This record gives sequence, structure tokens and C-alpha cells, in this order.
Amino acid sequence: MSNTTENPGAAEKVVDEIDKFAELPDAPPKKTIKLSWTGKLAAAIVAAWVVVAFIGPWIAPFHEAEFILDDSFVPAGGCAEMLDELYDIEEWTPEAITKYCSDADVTLFLGSDYLGRDTFSRILWGARTTIGISFVATLFAYFMGITLGIGAAVSGGYIDMVLSRVNESILSLPSIMLGLIVVAALGSSIPILIATASVIYATSVFRIARALGQDIMVQDFVEAAHARGEGLWWIITREVLPNAAMPLLTDFGLRLVFVILFISSLSFLGLGVQPPTADWGSMVRENMAGLGYGSYASIWPAIAIGTLTISINLIVDDISAKSGGSLAKKMV
Amino acid sequence: MQAMVFRRILIGFATLWVVSIIVYFGLSVLPGDAAAIQLGQAATEESLAALRAQLGLDRPAYVRYFEWLGNMSTGDLGISNAGGATIASLIGFRLGNTLELGGIVAVISVPLSVFLGLAAAMYPGTWLDRALTFGTMSLVAVPEFLIATFLVLIFAVKLKWMPSIAYMSGGETFWEWVHALAMPILVLVVVVSAQMIRMTRAGILNVMNSPYIEMAILKGVPRKRIILRHALFNAIGPIINVIALNLAYLVSGVVIVETIFAYSGLAKLMIDGVQTRDFPLVQACAMIFCGTYVVLLLIADIAAIMSNPRLRNPK
Repeated sequence: MSNTTENPGAAEKVVDEIDKFAELPDAPPKKTIKLSWTGKLAAAIVAAWVVVAFIGPWIAPFHEAEFILDDSFVPAGGCAEMLDELYDIEEWTPEAITKYCSDADVTLFLGSDYLGRDTFSRILWGARTTIGISFVATLFAYFMGITLGIGAAVSGGYIDMVLSRVNESILSLPSIMLGLIVVAALGSSIPILIATASVIYATSVFRIARALGQDIMVQDFVEAAHARGEGLWWIITREVLPNAAMPLLTDFGLRLVFVILFISSLSFLGLGVQPPTADWGSMVRENMAGLGYGSYASIWPAIAIGTLTISINLIVDDISAKSGGSLAKKMV
Repeated sequence: MQAMVFRRILIGFATLWVVSIIVYFGLSVLPGDAAAIQLGQAATEESLAALRAQLGLDRPAYVRYFEWLGNMSTGDLGISNAGGATIASLIGFRLGNTLELGGIVAVISVPLSVFLGLAAAMYPGTWLDRALTFGTMSLVAVPEFLIATFLVLIFAVKLKWMPSIAYMSGGETFWEWVHALAMPILVLVVVVSAQMIRMTRAGILNVMNSPYIEMAILKGVPRKRIILRHALFNAIGPIINVIALNLAYLVSGVVIVETIFAYSGLAKLMIDGVQTRDFPLVQACAMIFCGTYVVLLLIADIAAIMSNPRLRNPK
């Protein structure tokens, strides 16, 4: 589940964490985050994908939309003399690959996709699309969620009630359904995808930011600041936000995973990123048919998504495991 | 308690109402109304106006909304834009197919995940627990379609045990039917169970943190007995909550799985509707899905209230 659906359980957990956190004395000791070896490995994988997202198009051998081979679903290591007319290859067996490709001009690292494009290049290009869209959408979601959430917590009363009710209603819908409704109404383009994902996921950020804000607003140090005569803006930026930063940062990772799952699921349904732009979700979908011919063209982008999201989750788990253990865990 | 449950049910209805507003206005107030879509290139001013009047589009949006809401709640789902068939006839057997799929998945995955979640919580830190924790975490962290792709690769392509398309002609024998449905069921069971195992484990470990369990530990009750006699009964509420929540997750799982396996269900119908921009159809399907989801969340909440004495008898 992964669920493109978000996970209220996880949100509850985060809120619990937050509760613990908000009970700390006003100046919590500086914690340095030390990752376990799995955490370090995961961080390296995420870092690698981020680098690919930045430089992918330059290091990719081909353009994402360029047709390289006449043949679709050529296996990894297949080759071409740019739009191959020279060979008459019935079947791309390993023998054929060694026979023809030992001195070919162009070798396709991971084979070709259903239109004869280079799968490897498309994965490198797709990193930018998939990671970029998700990251920007998560940033927007955070901006909206924190602004409204802290705003609701600070102002209270009717504003808080109305915002929370509307928020709960959106939160109580499966995110994929909301996505489908928006795409049905407006069609699919990258700005619409980003806007949709950020509004949907702003709801969970709102919930967390509001809970955090409410907890912090009743702390003694905020009261002291009030008593000193500090303005509301000062209190929000100097007291509330710094104290809410750490739990929100951990949550950012989780939220990013949900957004990646959401966007790639829409793409997979053919309703997200539109061709010929390479995107990992749509690449899996386009090349599903190849599975039957023994082509792995849909497996590679799937692995790309999997390594990225699992790694982010491992890092988040690692960080939250450091911030508290339970009796039941200590007992063993 | 009644007051609380009643309040929760009222909130459920309010949510459904907001959902209907989102679903209706999300799809109707936008440029390119049904009349323009239906006429396409051939539209002239007069023919557009005539068709709008015929479809009732010349009346204000809120009037149409209440009419639609009234029709929906009396079971009249309207007429599809494409082809003009009634939506009820389109949905009919597909809804049955989807419920069948979801029902089978629930029957398999609920006992399986409660058992595995319990086992993991009973022996935390052992290889069983670690394997389950890492395995389910990985499954939860990846999209449903990725799990489906890998399972198709293994079971349909490599082992050739099952077909990769769930084609139902209607006249198959029981075993043909099992054979055709095996892949979608397997994928959904894996997807839903992963989440449910994690939440069951977390729920029980959460109960394990309470003072009365600490007391039991300190007086030397064996771990197995603590879980089965002390923790489990207090965790039943949270577990029911988890089950209802996860059946709600089935909604999004079903969308992906029906598409991959070309299973003729409600979700596939809705995706087709989205692609052809058949708004009445999408609205009806969305209301059915969201309604189910809201009701399941409602059950989850009520289970939580019923099982917690402090919520049941508020001060």
C-alpha cells in the first residue's frame, strides 16, 4: 500500500511523537542524528538518485523521446547502428547479442522499450520528472499545510473550526479518488499534477502542524514571550516554528514517499505525466506488455521507484527510532 | 456512549455531503460542459443551446446539484454521456465483481494479517519479527502497481501458474474462476496485509506499553500469557479499527489492480470514464467509492469508541 493512500496510523504515530516532543523543556539538547548502516546505505541511494535527477539528462546517452531501434523490447545489451536496418534479427538471444553487438556503434544498456527507445536513458531522464514533481509538490504541501495549520492553532475559534472541518473532509477521501476527479475535470499536465498532489497532501501536514502548534502555544515559554510583550509574528517565527521543525522534517520524508506513490500511480493509470516525457510510473505501464516477451523494460523503472521510496522510508524509520524506545522493545 | 456514536454518525453524513459537493462541483462547473463535449466540432450556437436546455444545463448550478443529490440518494444514478446507457445498468454487475474481489481479499487477508501481526508482536526483535517488519515496510513503501508487476513477472511469466489477465466470460467453472482471479487476489492480499500486519503489530505493542502490562511483567507472567490473556483483549478495539481502515485502503488498491488485470469492475469503469471524460459516470463511481470509504472509516471510529471504556463512559 502502499498505498497511494496515506496512512492515518503513521500520522497518529507522528502526532504521538510530537506530543512527546512538545513536553520537553524549552531548550532541548542538540541531538546529532546517527544513522545505522542500513540508514547510511539508504541515504547513499537517495543521494545518488538526487544527483541523477540533477544531471540525468546530460549523462544519458540519448534523449528521452529519441527512437533508437526499430525493434521494441530488445533485451539489455542489445545494440543498433542508429535505426537499425542492417541486421535482420529474428530473436534477440544472448548469442545474437554477442554476435552483432560486439562492435556496434550503440549499445543499449538496459535494452529498448515498447517504441524502441533506450530504457536506460529514459530512467535517467525520468528521475528528474518523478523526483522533481514530487519534491515540488511536497514543498507546496508543506508551505500550505504549515501556514494554515499554525494559523489555525494560533487563531483558534471559528477560523480553526472551519479550517479543521474542511480539512477532515478532504482527508477522509482516498487520495487516488481526488486525483481521478481532478484529472477527469481538468485533464492532466505537470502543473495540475503538482497542484493536485500538494493540496491533497497539505491536509495531513495541516493536521500535524496544527497539533504541534496547539501544543507549543500553551507552553510556559510562549506565555513568557506573551508577558514580555512580544508580537504574534515574533512568537510564531521564534518560538513555534523552531520547536515544530524537527518532527515536521521527519514527516517530510514520509509525505514525500506518499506523493511519489500518488504521482506514479496516476502516471501508471495513464492519467499522470503524459508521453513522451519519461516518468517512472508511466514507463512501468507502457512496458507491461513486454513482460510476456521476457522483456524487463517495465522492471527497471519499477526498481528505480522501489529503491527510492524504500530508502527514504528506511531513513525516516532510523531517525524516529532514535527519538524514543518503549518498554516492550527494551524487554527483549 | 450513544451520544458519541450518534455524533460520529452525524459527522459521517456531513463528510459525505461535503464529498458530494467536491465530486459534483469538481466536475461540473468547469469549462467544456457535457453539451459541448457531446456535440464536439459540430456545435453551433443554436444546437448547443438546444442540447443544453434538453440536458437541463441552462439552469443554475446549485439547482442541478440538489437535483443530482436527490436522484443519487434515491438510487437514480443518471445517464452516461457516452452512448446514453443508464449508469445503473453500466455499474450493475461490475459493482458485484468489485465487491466479490474485495470480499475474497478481506476474508483471506484479515485472519492472515492479524495472526502474523500478533506473532511479530509476541516475539519482537526475533528474526521473524525483523523479517516481517522489513518486508512489510518495503511493501508499504512501494506503489501497488510495482508489487503487481513483480508478481506478474514471477507467477505469470516465469512460473506460468496464473494468467496475467483476469478475463471473466461468465460461464466458467469454479476452478477456471479461481484461476482467473488468482493474480488480482494475490496482489491485493499482499498489498492490504502488509499494511494490516504493521498496524496490528504496532497496536499490540502500544498496549504493551501500558502500566498494567508493566505490572504483569514485573510480577513475572510469561510473555506469551501476557499477550494472549492481558494485551490481546485490550487490543481488540484497535485491531478492529485497523481492519476497517485497511478495508478502506482496498478502495485505492482496487483501482490499480483492476486496471492492470483488465478486471471488469467498478474501478476500471471509473478509469475509463475519466479517460473519456464521462462526468456523470465518474461522479456516480466516485460517490460509491468515497461513500464506502467514509462508511468504513466510520466503522473504524465507532469500533474505537466501543472498545475503549474511557470513551464509552465519558466523565
